Amino acid sequence: MKGYDLLDLAVRNLRQSKLRNGLTTVGISVGVASLVAMLSLGVGLQQLATRRLAGSGMFDTVFVTSKQDFRGFDREQDQKDQHPENAPVLDDAARDKMTHLQYVTEVEPEIRVMGEIVYGGQTHYGFVTGLPMSARENEAFDNLQGKFFSRSDADEVILLNDFAKELDPANPKALIGQEVTLRYGEHQPLAADSDTSGRLSGEQSDAGNPNAGDSYGFSVVRKTQQLRVMGIIDEEPYGGMRTVSRGRIFLPVDLTAKLNMAEFSDMRSSLRGHGRTYMTLTVRVKDPAKVAQVQDAIKQMGFRTFSVLDATKSLRRFFTVLDLFLGIFGSLALAVATLAIINTLVMAVLERRREIGVMKAIGASDGDVKRLFFAEAGAMGFFGGVLGIALGFAIGKAINIGTGIYLHNHQLPAEAVWIMPPWLIGAAIAFSIVVSLLAGLYPASRAARLDPVQTLKYE
Amino acid sequence: MFDEGQLAPGTRMAASNPLQMSNSSTSQAVRTENLRRYYTMGGSIIRAVDGITLTIERGEIVALLGQSGSGKSTLLNLLAGLDRPTSGSVQVEGRDLARMSSEDLARYRRNDVGMVFQSFHLIPAMTITENVELPMRFAEVERSERAQRVRESLERVGLGKRLEHRPSELSGGEQQRVSLARALANRPSMLLADEPTGNLDSRTGEDILNLIRAVSLSLGMTVVMVTHERALAERFAQRLVFLGDGKLLSQEALA
Repeated sequence: MKGYDLLDLAVRNLRQSKLRNGLTTVGISVGVASLVAMLSLGVGLQQLATRRLAGSGMFDTVFVTSKQDFRGFDREQDQKDQHPENAPVLDDAARDKMTHLQYVTEVEPEIRVMGEIVYGGQTHYGFVTGLPMSARENEAFDNLQGKFFSRSDADEVILLNDFAKELDPANPKALIGQEVTLRYGEHQPLAADSDTSGRLSGEQSDAGNPNAGDSYGFSVVRKTQQLRVMGIIDEEPYGGMRTVSRGRIFLPVDLTAKLNMAEFSDMRSSLRGHGRTYMTLTVRVKDPAKVAQVQDAIKQMGFRTFSVLDATKSLRRFFTVLDLFLGIFGSLALAVATLAIINTLVMAVLERRREIGVMKAIGASDGDVKRLFFAEAGAMGFFGGVLGIALGFAIGKAINIGTGIYLHNHQLPAEAVWIMPPWLIGAAIAFSIVVSLLAGLYPASRAARLDPVQTLKYE
Repeated sequence: MFDEGQLAPGTRMAASNPLQMSNSSTSQAVRTENLRRYYTMGGSIIRAVDGITLTIERGEIVALLGQSGSGKSTLLNLLAGLDRPTSGSVQVEGRDLARMSSEDLARYRRNDVGMVFQSFHLIPAMTITENVELPMRFAEVERSERAQRVRESLERVGLGKRLEHRPSELSGGEQQRVSLARALANRPSMLLADEPTGNLDSRTGEDILNLIRAVSLSLGMTVVMVTHERALAERFAQRLVFLGDGKLLSQEALA
């Protein structure tokens, strides 16, 4: 029998007992819907977590520290390095080398110093950090009031809302566009020959050290700088995960470099006698997929590195397990629906005994009969699948609306926790058909085995 | 075995079967030899067909007569390839049905025989047209060809109207005509009828038998009919075959 005739007969037969087959199809659709709803929830949660992480701007970033500095994030990596004192330092030469690595878009120091803002005759303390222009893309600036920095070395400042409230408790927003005064410590290297004279402040290296300038020591000189308040942000940038996040006064990174602010790490560099170095360099990579490659290249240079790649690996594993459990959960309803299909078709075989016998008498082979019942099962699976997708979609929309209301009540922005990817639509319908065909195996072979002589004998 | 798959649907086996020459004379349509069909029922053996040897000529109209339980229906089912013999052979157009696979038997039923039943056995959910079309679906007749062949079959049995009605809306005689049209749909070489008049009044029954006879004569189609009404059979058939207890009792050729 040809495919067209098979489908035509199958659909015709299904229409014969509309109620029973309709209910079975609804049963399948409920199964498919629960499966789709569960898997979509898994996908949605995974995308939500990924979005949060990506929004934190950590995915395309490698953090570099010198092994000379205190122990880092990776114990295993540290234990392999027996002589940290011989490890390379993070100086301008190293920074320049990293800048020229493939896929690297930006290498910025993590500068964070103590400072003061003088405004309205009052002094307010806070940590000052330098932000690169790329920070504009960070989600912390999504709700920026005012504007971002105009240039990377502009005399401008962005304040954390808490700090702005300290400056002007009545109307922090009014600060935008105002001039404030930053007071900070400037790093002034000593002259090479100044180690016996004019020591003003700060620490000094061994007298015998042959290195010039910073190697001997530096002065910290109080300076002031006029800054225009450009904007106010509510949250710490980079999800509070980076050194530069933990500040309340944000300057464009090149301005912090230009002002030559004295950093805590300067003292250690000076003691060790290798000039000015960076505590941490943040390397931004063009594509998150290339992070591992860049990380390896920097490791080769002898530095300690860290990226969130390792963190996302375990996150992905977690979601795989979650998806599996949600899938099993959702499949339970489909398993019940499978029983309904078997029941419906076995009933149909019993009811249509005579009809099956007639079909065999006028030329249907066992295979034709079997295929006909398969087609009926498959058709129910198909319609159930389509209906189930629609139902699952409705459930998902309800979940999203529900969570939206919940988040709104907690003053949080709405999030889509339920996402139905296009592949799931096709996969669910295909799965529904396959499951239905499996359920049709037994009834179909039972129908095919019917003896036409017996079925035609009695009226 | 002989590969039927190469034949176009509805092709007469007689025209192209090379085996028939070696087994029987060219005029024989059916030949059974010591044909037996035993059933076991509740521990006892029922000899429904018990050693029947019978030859039917091509184009012949044969009536199988006997009491109920004489084995006439079982013999018909064996000829139809719906049932398989316990022993012996049943050759139709030179091919032994006993040795055919179930797939080949289905193909034989589809293309080479047509069946008519006492209670019509039309599919109630289908219209008249669809009922006649059904065997063509199994025979994979092209869709473009079907409508014309359905019409041809229905015209042959004298039905031209109410083709989109359901069988239940028709009288018994009309239903049997539809059933006959369905049996003719795939242009078989042999018609098997199991008490075709059993559910009809005598006048309608006679009409149906005359119709079958006319069709047989015009198409040269072999007809084997089971009945227990001797009077009717005498007017209709060319030969009467009497069965009793699964055995062939006697035969009687009519002029």
